[in-house]
Formats: sequence, structure tokens, C-alpha cells
Amino acid sequence: MAKRSAPEVNAGSMADIAFLLLIFFLVTTTIATDSGLNRDLPPIDESDTTPPIIKQKNIFTVLINKDEQLLVEDEIMELKDLRAAAIAFLDNNGDGTCTYCKGARDPESSDNPDKAIISLVNDRETNYETYIAVQDELVAAYNVLRNREAQRLFKRDWRGDILAFYNKGTNFKDAEDAFEARAQFKEKYIKPIKDLFPQKLSEAEPKTN
Amino acid sequence: MSKFKKKGDGEMPAISTASLPDIVFMLLFFFMVATVMRDNEVFVEQSLPTATQTEKLEKKDRIIYIYAGKPSERYAQTYGTNAALQLGDKISPVSDVQRYILEERTKVNEELIPYLQTSLKVDKNTNVGLISDVKQELREVNALKVNYTTREGKSDDL
Repeated sequence: MAKRSAPEVNAGSMADIAFLLLIFFLVTTTIATDSGLNRDLPPIDESDTTPPIIKQKNIFTVLINKDEQLLVEDEIMELKDLRAAAIAFLDNNGDGTCTYCKGARDPESSDNPDKAIISLVNDRETNYETYIAVQDELVAAYNVLRNREAQRLFKRDWRGDILAFYNKGTNFKDAEDAFEARAQFKEKYIKPIKDLFPQKLSEAEPKTN
Repeated sequence: MSKFKKKGDGEMPAISTASLPDIVFMLLFFFMVATVMRDNEVFVEQSLPTATQTEKLEKKDRIIYIYAGKPSERYAQTYGTNAALQLGDKISPVSDVQRYILEERTKVNEELIPYLQTSLKVDKNTNVGLISDVKQELREVNALKVNYTTREGKSDDL
């Protein structure tokens, strides 16, 4: 006679238990999808200094009305044409001081990227979706130009390589001082590009009418 | 006892399910790790607009969320159908934004306060006027870093 082996524990219900837990986590899961457009609001200025006078030609006015129509520089425009118009404005180089610009040098448009300001005015009843779509196009215009400079200076893609690398914290883990390494990377690759095309996007208080 | 067992009597052998728990556990662990528990229930509709030039929000603990939109169907009776703000776990008027931000600031380490960012999670069918009011309130308490939280994707042609 063989000696008795210990009776095996029935593990058949293990799967059921695991399934139950699995379903619980499936239901409560929200995989994080948080990304969006970053923007810095202007601080409230309580001093009485008069704002500097800006030449009209250095301001690119984008108006959105409550019926979601765009008025760009006093002309009605479709959303799909906005990006190209903004690029042409930022890259114009009216006074010839910008050596890397490839614009049309139209004297009626902006002097140089440093002076060019995009002003976004919206109605209180504008739809938020339209508002974001317009913001997206304007940010895209800056990114297209910044990407062009990133390719020229570093042979790297602006959003795909430089910003993505900067934002992924683990890339700096091996350095002795991760915080310092990250700051150096920013100083070397991000700041020069941002200085070439500084993002000057002003949002006025919405109009009510 | 016959020496030669008859080979098979036409029936298929049962497939062993012994590895099923392992597979299920693997899935379970994946979801446990990937899960972010909802902090609080959202009372307003949240179909976020889409944008292509998005940047990721990094550190969860440095973000203050503000939700806005029409109250969802279940809560329409309680909160009406006009677009509303949700701060934390309740629907609040715009005038409460300042108090809410100050309250949230007390919950984080002091050295992190300058890095705090406000994430505006706004339903796409909201009027910008409400958001402008919120932004004005945020400026009052010097919470200047905002993020218009969106889904990534191509925006529809308008």
C-alpha cells in the first residue's frame, strides 16, 4: 500500500474569487487621461502705471462671437485657416531684425516675433469647445515655428523629442542631481527655442452684448 | 486486465483550467496598478473638448481640480439645468472659488504652493463667460497656473 498523501485543496473557486476582484477594479478604474493646454493667467496689476503703447500692427486680433464665428484682423475667417494666418503674422519680420524668420516682411504686419502679440477676445456666450479649438490652433502656430527652429538648431522634433524628453521624469534618474540635470536640459534646449518665439497670447475680458 | 488499453473512446480530453486563476490574477494586478480611484463623484457633465497641442499634467498632488458643466441628468432636479461649478465634492457658486483654492493650499506642503496648478475640467457645451469668471477669481488669489484639461485628438470641424 502506498502511504496516504495529504488531500489536495480544491482550488477550483480561486478563479471565481479572482474574477470578482477583477470586475471590481474594472468598474472603479478610470485610467488617467489628464492632459491639456497650459496657460499662465496675468497677475492682477494694481499699480497705476499706464500700459505701454503697442503698435496696432503688432497685435493680431482674434474675435470669437457667440455664433462661433471668427473675426481675424477684421476679416471673417474659417478655423482651418487660422493657424496659417497666425504663423504668417508671427514669422513676418517687418523690421528685419529677426535673422531666422522666413516671413513675407510685410510692413503692415508684425515687426518681429518678440513684439508680436496675439490677442484673443471672446463673447461670454461663446461655446467652450470653440474657444478651446481656437486656443489649440494658436498654440499650434507657436509650436510649428518652434519646431522649425528646433530642427534647425538641434535637429530634434520640438514636441516629440525635446518636450517629451523633458516631461518624462525618469529620463533624469541616473544623473547625480536629477533636479539640476533637468534644469540644465531646460536651459540648453527649451529656453533658447522659447526665446526665439515667445508665446505672447493675451486673453481679454469677454465682451457682453 | 488487458494489456492494451483501448485508445480513446471518441471523447475529447477536458482542457485543464488550472492556469485560469493565474491569467485572471495577472489581469487583476494590471488593473490594480493602473487604477486611479475617483476622489469624488462628479455631478456635472464631463465631455471634455479635444485639442492636439496638449501637455501632460504631471504630479497629481499638485493639481487642484475645478469642474464645470451642466448638472448631469441624475442631479438636474437638485441643481437645475444651468451650467454649474463643482468645487471638491459639492456644487458651489463662483464666489466660493477663492475660498476653495485657499483651503486646498492648506492641504499641501508649503514649499509646493508655488507649483500648484489648477485644472479646469469643463464640459464642451459650456459658455466661456462662466470660465472667465472663474479665471478672474483665480487671479484674485494669485493661482495663475491653469490647465484647460482636454482630451487628446483632432477637434471636429466647426
